[in-house]
Amino acid sequence: MSTSSRPFAWRAEAILALVLIIAPFVLPLIGGSADTLSRILIWGLFGLGFDLIFGFTGLLSFGQSVFYGSGGFIASYLLVSQSVGNVFVALVIGMAGAAVIGLVIGLLALRRSGIYFAMITVAFGEMFFFLENSALYPWTGGENGLPNVPKPRLFGFIFDSPWSLYGLLAVLFFIGYVIARRIVASPFGHVLTAIRDNPLRARAVGHDIQRYKLAVFVVAAAYAGISGGLEATLQGYMSPEAFTFETSGQLVIQTVIGGAGTLLGPLVGAALWLYLRNELQSALGLGAAWKLVLGVVFVVLIVFLRRGIIGGVSDLWTRFRPVPAAPPAPLYANPIATPTAPPTRHRQMPTDGIAIEAKGVGKRYGGIVANDGIDFAVRAGEIRGLIGPNGAGKSTFFKMLTGEVQPSAGKIFMFGEEITGLDVTAVCQKGIAKSYQINQLFQKLTVRRNLMISALSRTRGPFRLDLMANVDRMRELNADVTETLRLLDLTARADTPVSELAYGEKRRIEIGLALGTDPAILLLDEPLAGMSPSERADTVKLLRQIAVGRTLVVVEHDMDALFNMADRITVLQEGRVLAEGTPAEIQASQAVQDAYLGGIRAP
Amino acid sequence: MLNWGNFVSQLFNGLVSGALLALISAGLTIVYGTLGVLNLAHGALFMLGGYAGFVAYQATGNFLIAVVVGTLFVGLVGVVFERAIVRFFYDRPEEDQILVTFGAGIVLVELVRWGFGSLSQMVPAPAFGSPIINLGFVIYPQYRLIAFGIVVVALAALYLLLYRTRLGMVVRAGIEDAPMVDMLGINIQRTFMLVFGIGAMAAGFAGIINAPIIAITPNVGDDILIQCFVVVVIGGVGSFPGAVIGGIVAGEIMSITSMFNPSYSAVMLYAVMTLVLITRPQGLFGTR
Repeated sequence: MSTSSRPFAWRAEAILALVLIIAPFVLPLIGGSADTLSRILIWGLFGLGFDLIFGFTGLLSFGQSVFYGSGGFIASYLLVSQSVGNVFVALVIGMAGAAVIGLVIGLLALRRSGIYFAMITVAFGEMFFFLENSALYPWTGGENGLPNVPKPRLFGFIFDSPWSLYGLLAVLFFIGYVIARRIVASPFGHVLTAIRDNPLRARAVGHDIQRYKLAVFVVAAAYAGISGGLEATLQGYMSPEAFTFETSGQLVIQTVIGGAGTLLGPLVGAALWLYLRNELQSALGLGAAWKLVLGVVFVVLIVFLRRGIIGGVSDLWTRFRPVPAAPPAPLYANPIATPTAPPTRHRQMPTDGIAIEAKGVGKRYGGIVANDGIDFAVRAGEIRGLIGPNGAGKSTFFKMLTGEVQPSAGKIFMFGEEITGLDVTAVCQKGIAKSYQINQLFQKLTVRRNLMISALSRTRGPFRLDLMANVDRMRELNADVTETLRLLDLTARADTPVSELAYGEKRRIEIGLALGTDPAILLLDEPLAGMSPSERADTVKLLRQIAVGRTLVVVEHDMDALFNMADRITVLQEGRVLAEGTPAEIQASQAVQDAYLGGIRAP
Repeated sequence: MLNWGNFVSQLFNGLVSGALLALISAGLTIVYGTLGVLNLAHGALFMLGGYAGFVAYQATGNFLIAVVVGTLFVGLVGVVFERAIVRFFYDRPEEDQILVTFGAGIVLVELVRWGFGSLSQMVPAPAFGSPIINLGFVIYPQYRLIAFGIVVVALAALYLLLYRTRLGMVVRAGIEDAPMVDMLGINIQRTFMLVFGIGAMAAGFAGIINAPIIAITPNVGDDILIQCFVVVVIGGVGSFPGAVIGGIVAGEIMSITSMFNPSYSAVMLYAVMTLVLITRPQGLFGTR
């Protein structure tokens, strides 16, 4: 990510290439055959795709057998029926077929997330297992599978010896790895990690996460599809076993054992799995108990070493490696230096007229009326304060302006254009962003990467399939992020994971995430909450800088700060607008005083 | 091939397997609803119930003792599992919970395989259930009718426990807001342990009741777990009535389909699930 690591950018690829070349000379000494190594590579390739959806996007699929089996059977059928002569062509068609099936299943399964997604993928896996045995029997041979799958052939050379097949698979795995690495480093890959970390915020900063999930699901299906075909050609037989739940389960276990989110984890896990199976079963005479040992290892790893073998090794590495002295973490958050210039504006927006307007907006939850007939209009460039007692409906109103919640009545306009009914992603893309009352950050990502996630939605829109682009090469984006870092006075913390920051710093990133999308209208939900007096003063300075060329609406309980900063104040009470005016007018208003003092005066 | 006798007997088969599925799914769904943990070892607990009952039956020759011992044993395993592992995962991500229970399920299955081998074992139907009864239009094995009755009673007991007792009130309050229940001075940890034990017992009980109908193997719970997923997806995750209705629906779908073509019975089940997902993603009784 930083420029200093540029000379080593291909280090991982170089090491992998070396390992793949050396393996045939070393591993046979400890009992690994060409066939075992080939199988490890196939599972590793299968796992590259799975790690993209599980390790990087956080989607735990238990149904990858569908794509592995489909890819394998499509390729095998084409070859066995002699519809296609070239093995490579058949493999690619199988991969494409698996990707198409991935698209259809993804459309259905990704309607839900978490455990629902996991359960639905399991069920699709079973469905295909039974389909293979029934409706698809004429093409798949049911329980018998498809025998006599030919070996690949290239320029007259037949890959029929075990080591030549290993060589072929090593090359294919290497290509697969390079592609997966590029996807991870791409803007697309950055958005995936944001989805894993905090899907709600990823949507709110303007990424259409459903399309990202679907796209990466299809990519994983493609990886699975070609792996299934390779297994068939390696064995010379396409087995219906490919469609079993065992296949999906084995993939999950190998990935977790090796380390999810590392790309090479599944390969390491597969090596351990196949080695244990061969060694424990025969050498130690454990017979079927090898799987018991593996199950125990799996459970122990999840309990104690969730990041798997690779994660554990890299933790050890970072612990014992001499670390260049990092700047000590301050006990208190740094004071914010007054920024030298307001942040660059990219969005062209009108500079006068009404920036945001709500007409008769209301929201009911069953019988509870949260908002009722709110009329609210803010001029472009204004700083508007929004106050009211707890439960006045401020947060609900904000959520309707950002599209997080749809109003039950009324309409919302942005620069005269109606935006009622748009979801939070679309509203963000239009140029409205919100910083949350309770921090909604990408906790495991670094500060720089957090801000980059926001900036990416501005430069790329809600979705873009730029799998091979490199974030490091996006100059304007990086310049933007660097500038925002400076504005938030977090430059020194740029490469620290957000979870390690002090509260005040996190609060600034919260604002930074909203700011990073370069909104024309910025909504701030209690930006000063939980801050010390000096932090408050600094944050107010920051907000004044941000406000240049933007419209701000601020919900805040710190009246002193708000009345100093705001041009006008709107007071909500019990879901309705109670008063609106300049800070002086509001301070003088009897109605407002009554609302805040709880009606001490007789009505 | 399609005649009334056959049809009615298939309807009964669907009802029996559906009620069993309902009971197992109810166990899965109350554990998820209360603890927020999807227990992928649930199928293994079902299998374990069959084996525990099998061992008890071998030792005593009494089916009732086998049922009681099998159920209690699985309940105990559930409680130990919850205290030893699951409780450390309440604060961890959903995927970790899924993975650890998945792993624990494998360990249970492989332990049983290690002890009993992969071959199927049979627990004979008890003497009172072995005759075949003639209902006039259909001849039907009596044990299945009895099994259906027993499972319905068990479901009713579970319902009463959940909706008519103090424990049930705590459980349902815990489903809504576990930290709040904790703050009210109720030991939610102990409730969690009990609920997990009850969920496990539901699976174990179904496992031993099912043993005379379908022979047990170490993998007998795998398909059951997946069918339970379908049931709760159809019925709505966390919903007790959803599990019951979903279970019966699933049982009937498989049974009726297999009357026309047995190889499509599972496919049809997943097709219906897909249909529910498209038209009502939260399930028939789900609220979210």
